[in-house]
Amino acid sequence: MTSIGTGYDLQNSVFSPDGRNFQVEYAVKAVENGGTCVGIRCKDGVVLAVEKIVTSKLLKPGANKRIATVDRNVGVVSSGLVPDGRHFVSRARDEASSWRSTYKAPIPLAALAGRLGGYVQAYTLYSSVRPFGVTAIVGGWDSEAELGVDGQVGSGPSIGAGGKVSGTKAGGPGLYMIEPSGLYWGYYGAATGKGRQAAKAELEKLDLASGNLSLEAGVREAARIIYVAHEDSKDKDFELEMSWISSTEGPTKGRHQEVPKDILEEAEKAAKKAMEGDDEEETTAAEGETMEE
Amino acid sequence: MNHLPQAWGRPRDDVYGPYDASYLQSSHPQTHTQQPIVTGTSVLAVKFKDGVVIAADNLASYGSLARFTDVKRLRPFNSRAIVGIGGDVSDMQYLDRLLNSLDVTENYSSEGHGLNARNLHTYLSKVMYKRRSDVNPLWNQMLVAGLDGDDKPFLSSVDLLGTTFSSPTLATGFGAHLAQPLLRKVADDESQVSDVTREKAVDAVKECMKVLFYRDARSLDKYSIAVVTKEGGVELKEDEQLENQSWAFAETIRGYGRTQEV
Repeated sequence: MTSIGTGYDLQNSVFSPDGRNFQVEYAVKAVENGGTCVGIRCKDGVVLAVEKIVTSKLLKPGANKRIATVDRNVGVVSSGLVPDGRHFVSRARDEASSWRSTYKAPIPLAALAGRLGGYVQAYTLYSSVRPFGVTAIVGGWDSEAELGVDGQVGSGPSIGAGGKVSGTKAGGPGLYMIEPSGLYWGYYGAATGKGRQAAKAELEKLDLASGNLSLEAGVREAARIIYVAHEDSKDKDFELEMSWISSTEGPTKGRHQEVPKDILEEAEKAAKKAMEGDDEEETTAAEGETMEE
Repeated sequence: MNHLPQAWGRPRDDVYGPYDASYLQSSHPQTHTQQPIVTGTSVLAVKFKDGVVIAADNLASYGSLARFTDVKRLRPFNSRAIVGIGGDVSDMQYLDRLLNSLDVTENYSSEGHGLNARNLHTYLSKVMYKRRSDVNPLWNQMLVAGLDGDDKPFLSSVDLLGTTFSSPTLATGFGAHLAQPLLRKVADDESQVSDVTREKAVDAVKECMKVLFYRDARSLDKYSIAVVTKEGGVELKEDEQLENQSWAFAETIRGYGRTQEV
């Protein structure tokens, strides 16, 4: 970055003459060193996965979760500064609960992503704050079932005026990625963190846009992609954490849950096997200096 | 610049002064609920050896008017707890939303075992007692049915004063007078619960629902019934019809507006 030292990177919300906000770019740098996160939007659900680098042998395996639940049907995982990610999740939960108190219904995923994008963007505008050091992947399933209003105890009159259009399709899977700038897009497959390049290359091979990938296959792919993305930092141990949200008829009944242990272990086994098959490929040298999460 | 997000976009206190909250005052005293408006009547429940059966009819009355006839007053919480609510229906809807948000926050963490019926009853008793202490009670009496921390049957009551009460059989409202004595024939004390089968408990509750429909003018012959067991979780049926009614006894009633014997 040639513009470093010109003074335009010392304060948040200040543009450089060529139209860049350096504080935001530095936040992106923090993300690029974080553990790889992957989200896959399948036809009947969404999978989230994260590579957790084991920073100490004294940490209890399986504890210290990195994927969080928001409301019942949304999962959030983030790369970058873990405490920033926790605050982001806390805000997401507040937004979901405030939506419920206003509208007496769960927040649609698109609305949640919009609220969170706006929140993150606000942290690029003021000199008293710094941008979020995380890129978050938000996955969820908006219920396709006819939902009552929260607290509704009856169905009301069976006759009389109605305003509902019948036969419309509602709900389905959703996947969004929110960056430190506040930018957010919806994705078929999203990856962030250290191994994002390799992960994105793998995601692109899956032809997710055609909507043929099943949730079960998505779980196996997500596990494999995390293993592929970990190739460049092979010297470090890592733990795989995965969660999923299925359709209302599926295994999680529209809720965001951890992937059950047996399915996770099976997916990890398959991922390791796939990696062994690729071993003849020359392993590329680890990029840059080794960085702590 | 205030870095608190909730202050962003608002008039600055240092420029405009703090907001004058006196504008929010009204000249009227603050009032609270004095009486329930739309009401549900009795809730009945019986413990048996493997679980609990609970029932309530589907009526919400507006005074003596049978206003809503499809109101579900048994509110399932999770796979091992259900709450039956009598009293004010709008307060019941508030409680339903409260329990919904409690369930959402309880499930943020996948660790632990979640709330059981005993935990839920304790929580509700604190809510009800807080509200009565604020002289703003939630006008309900509730039965919490399900399984406790040892997966043993659990049944307990909490009312608008925050009073709690436990027994092998419980009934709220009109049922406390009419159904409770009948239910005590099934299980008078805790030691008899182990002899009560599921069928016996369900039959007793159904029979009491029928007696209540005969004699409680604010009741309905459409009702909801739920059985909570460790194996089956919460089995809730919300559209049941009272069967084998016989109004023959009505012939023998004298007085109460009925024509006197000639």
